[in-house]
Amino acid sequence: MRTRAAQALLLAFVTAVLAMLLPAATASAVTGGHEPPSSPLAAGLPGLVMQGGGEVVQGQVRGEDGEGVPEVTITVEGDGFSEETETDDEGRWRVELPGPGAYSVTLDEESLPEGASLRNPDRNPLEVQVSGGQQRAALFPIGESTRETVGTVDRLLQTAASGLRFGLVLALAAVGLSLIFGTTGLTNFAHGELLTLGALIAFFFSSTLGWPLLVAALMALLLSGAFGYALDLGLWSRLRKRGTGLIAMMIVSIGLAIFMRYFFLYIFGGGRQSLRTGDWLGQVVAFGPVRFRTLDLVSMVICVVAIGAVAYALLRTRLGKATRAVSDNPALASATGIDVERVIRVVWVVGAALAGLSGVMLGGIIQVNFALGQQALLLIFAAVTLGGLGTAFGSLVGALIVGLLVEMSVLVLPAELKYVAALAILIIVLLIRPQGILGRRERIG
Amino acid sequence: MDWGNILVNTLRAGIGVEAVVYALAAIGLNVHFGYTGLLNFGQAAFLAVGAYGLAISITIAGLPFWFGIVAGLVGAVLLALLLGIPTLRLRADYLAIVTIAAAEIFRLVVRANSVREYTGGANGITGFATDFYALNPLPEGRYGIGSVSFDERASWILLVGWILVFLSCLVVYLLMRSPWGRVIKGIREDEDAVRSLGKNVYGYKMQSLILGGVFGALAGFVFVLARAAVQPDIYGTELTFFAYTILILGGAARVFGPVVGASIFWMVLVFTDAFLRQAISAGVISPSIISGTAVGQIRFMLVGLALMLLVIFRPQGIFGDKRELQLDVR
Repeated sequence: MRTRAAQALLLAFVTAVLAMLLPAATASAVTGGHEPPSSPLAAGLPGLVMQGGGEVVQGQVRGEDGEGVPEVTITVEGDGFSEETETDDEGRWRVELPGPGAYSVTLDEESLPEGASLRNPDRNPLEVQVSGGQQRAALFPIGESTRETVGTVDRLLQTAASGLRFGLVLALAAVGLSLIFGTTGLTNFAHGELLTLGALIAFFFSSTLGWPLLVAALMALLLSGAFGYALDLGLWSRLRKRGTGLIAMMIVSIGLAIFMRYFFLYIFGGGRQSLRTGDWLGQVVAFGPVRFRTLDLVSMVICVVAIGAVAYALLRTRLGKATRAVSDNPALASATGIDVERVIRVVWVVGAALAGLSGVMLGGIIQVNFALGQQALLLIFAAVTLGGLGTAFGSLVGALIVGLLVEMSVLVLPAELKYVAALAILIIVLLIRPQGILGRRERIG
Repeated sequence: MDWGNILVNTLRAGIGVEAVVYALAAIGLNVHFGYTGLLNFGQAAFLAVGAYGLAISITIAGLPFWFGIVAGLVGAVLLALLLGIPTLRLRADYLAIVTIAAAEIFRLVVRANSVREYTGGANGITGFATDFYALNPLPEGRYGIGSVSFDERASWILLVGWILVFLSCLVVYLLMRSPWGRVIKGIREDEDAVRSLGKNVYGYKMQSLILGGVFGALAGFVFVLARAAVQPDIYGTELTFFAYTILILGGAARVFGPVVGASIFWMVLVFTDAFLRQAISAGVISPSIISGTAVGQIRFMLVGLALMLLVIFRPQGIFGDKRELQLDVR
């Protein structure tokens, strides 16, 4: 009987998930325009790429000011195929190819605006190799290389500021993950998808409905929190009651993550979309050499406030003290009259809400896409491990370190390797101090 | 609706290259997770090391085919040592995070543009499979029963692949019956009890990690030889998670569990795909509900759902024994 009930509830939960996300489904229908390219996930679907189709070569032409350059003529040729296209208002262009193979992409330098020229004229035409189902980027940097013109100190300051911003965003998610781990022992692999959920909700309200971004972010916070509640009510609390082991729960969270990720892909498509910032939030402010959008400043303030609120709650309120007690020892906490299940429910709501908010911020830094959270998940793990699993304040410190490390590593490493530095730190920390920076020494081996 | 076509595609998938590759990968995971209780979430890295070891030594270093195979195997052993030394003393969830991070590091590094001349960057490497297909003894033609047939190239790789699968199963079967296997399973059940009997738990775990990793490298060989190309982004975290789904589906800690799991997994996946596509083109399902591109996404949603439901309601999988495998942290 119990199994049947559990099955029914699980079904109800899944329906609830679908119902919650339905607005977003209509979102992609309403806005149209950004329907999925035919094979958006060539990289992510092991073994299926061969059946692919939908090869695309695309890019964005940006001027020295970082703005897209419209009306530049691009020609793609290869093996009897030839197509000419022009960049749109944002400088983007895209050519669908008949199949895999070698293509040459030519940018017509005559069509560039007055005064603009290619940084590497010898890399025009550009030879690209496109494999099955792949979306290949072909980029033509314009203008003098900016790298030498900016001084080392200025670059140091700019990357440190970006690192701080990224670190704060990671911290929101890491604190939530850490609270959940502390109270339930679950390593939640679906935490990244909670970030994506937040970003998509904010995208729906701000871009589709045209609400102000800050209101949309608030909606993301609230709805993500509600989703966290539903998730614990419909899934995790049932599993705890059944006595499901921690490893089993961890694998369930992986299944949930895969399910949610492809569901997001289904409703949102494989493309990337910018959050609509509006005039005020999109403005660039300069503090000496450091340039930020108002959006970045506002989101950093929101992060600090949110983390401050959580810290205050943990240290000063009854519920916060109860949470720390449950983290410390659930059985003992329960014996002193703390309603452990209720504390865990609250932790799920707070954790999911923070993750949703973090997703919105992340969507402001990198563009919104269905795999946004997945890309951040390992960095969040790194932050949490660095600070010490299950210690909320440790994960704050860990997240700031990871954020700074990721952004500042571009000073010495190629930008494409910037995540590697953070992941390497994760492994090194586990080697020399497995309990993390603020973790207590206990047996973890 | 062309049911014949759906049936043929489904059957082909059940014995196809993907089933072989994932069966081998899951056999490796079975040694790690099913028998030893090691939560290796970086199996994709072992496949990638095998694949890149083979491809790089043939195309870049210009070595003969068999040296490439040896290089891939040595690579897998080295990776297992590299991963195992820091992590095997840690608790299971730490091991999971470290292995998944290591796998991602490997993928990000080989796809980097700065090492392009050695690894081919994001495009990968091609042109190393000629020697392998030159060994093909099968004359030209199609092999199989009725419509479920493959050309001589595909048949050759499938033949080699399935021989590898059955040899691997044999090795696992013999090892798990041996005293070594009893110690390994003892570690899964109670590490401290085994340690108190004077066994070197760390050493046994390391041997298990290496063995499973070598099976992973074999999977990598079959994968890249079948496609005659290596590409870094195939070796992402999802490959590992799908292999876990297969392992749990078939039944962990069972010799043939991963093989049956892989076959069923790919048959279900391809059946869903073929069925939905046929239903859409025949007008049974309106394209406004499911578009052609959404088919791929729906079946992976099903994978996620299946993984959750399996672990919750039937953690022992199809053939597993519940007493043999209690998924839990110790």
